[in-house]
Amino acid sequence: MASLRDIKSKITSTKKTSQITKAMQMVSASKLNRAEENAKAYVPYMSKIQEVVGAIASGTSDSGHPMLTSRPVKKTAYLVITADRGLAGAYNSNVIRAVANAIAERHSSKEEYVIFAIGRMGRDFFLKRGSNVIGEVVGLPDQPAFADIKEVAHKAVGMFTDGTYDELYMYYNHFVSAISSEVTEKKVLPLTDIAVETGTTASYEFEPSPEAILEVLLPQYAESLIFGALLDGKASEHASRMSAMKSATDNAADLISNLTLVYNRARQAAITQEITEIVGGAAALE
Amino acid sequence: MKTLTVNIVTPDGPVYDSEVDMIIAKTASGEIGILPGHIPMVAPLVAGAIKLKKEAKTEYVAVSSGFVEVRPEKVSILATSAEVASSIDLARAKEAMKRAEERLQGKSDSVDFNRAELALKRAMNRINVHEGNI
Repeated sequence: MASLRDIKSKITSTKKTSQITKAMQMVSASKLNRAEENAKAYVPYMSKIQEVVGAIASGTSDSGHPMLTSRPVKKTAYLVITADRGLAGAYNSNVIRAVANAIAERHSSKEEYVIFAIGRMGRDFFLKRGSNVIGEVVGLPDQPAFADIKEVAHKAVGMFTDGTYDELYMYYNHFVSAISSEVTEKKVLPLTDIAVETGTTASYEFEPSPEAILEVLLPQYAESLIFGALLDGKASEHASRMSAMKSATDNAADLISNLTLVYNRARQAAITQEITEIVGGAAALE
Repeated sequence: MKTLTVNIVTPDGPVYDSEVDMIIAKTASGEIGILPGHIPMVAPLVAGAIKLKKEAKTEYVAVSSGFVEVRPEKVSILATSAEVASSIDLARAKEAMKRAEERLQGKSDSVDFNRAELALKRAMNRINVHEGNI
């Protein structure tokens, strides 16, 4: 059995660890609140842009805009949204696994796909595997602004338009609730699933022309989709870090109570042994 | 007098929401004035100032690229970024302008050149809007 002092020091170190995980849990909880607010602030923008895109798409049924038409797929781009740091449970590995599986299933060579990485964990993984990472953003703040990812979003959309690849998928953790999130695959480009609203939308006058508007609107729409996914991902990052830290704290409490039990038992055994020795010694003298 | 509801939203959240008498915006095909009862319209915006006239007062909002959606009693402006004149950080805008100018002087690689030029336009726009000389 371990000595009393060993057990004691183990208890102390576990206590210290649990203090840290407890603090991290509370920090993540408050970050989660902020992230949810950000996601909420973004909703009016997204719903508005969707409404207008839908209205235009329904008005001009066959515009033939390159971003709306599917073409034969020679090369695919994957935009992977992960966190910069670990200690968030299965948050990063879930996304990375989903992407890696999809790639293994769809492609036979590295020439057939490219990666955009938002977040250090995803970037490091794909760089290590030797994938072609053509765009990356790391070190994003916890409350990202649109300007932070504008460049990579712009690049991702621009390279689709100029034909570098023919599809753009993004992978991120969709925030379901504070205790659960699910990996989501979303096809960003080409924009094939625009919800065409009927009835409520007014017929618009386009200035100067529907085509010119789509030229501005569609890239903006696609970039907003990416930003929306990032906000969603951030919220679930904080949520999963919070629950990971919560279970770490709980486990530490369990461990401490077990160790305390062992410690007390060992202490009692030592005392009993001492008494036995004293009694034995006294008996020998008689 | 009839008024218009104006909504300016960006991906980072709503920026402006109020009733005004008239809106003047810079679109790709020129400046337009919007009064209550305008026909439904959509137009792309270029970086510039949105003027919002409300009784005797005029407010300015600097916007970068985006578009404006007009309905008879409601106008929505969707921009990638927008700032009300009073909240513009002048020091930062001047800093950005200086950086963009330096980059423009430096090289004439087409992509970077375009980007620097756009950045310069945005910065100048913000400074102008802040100082109110439009």
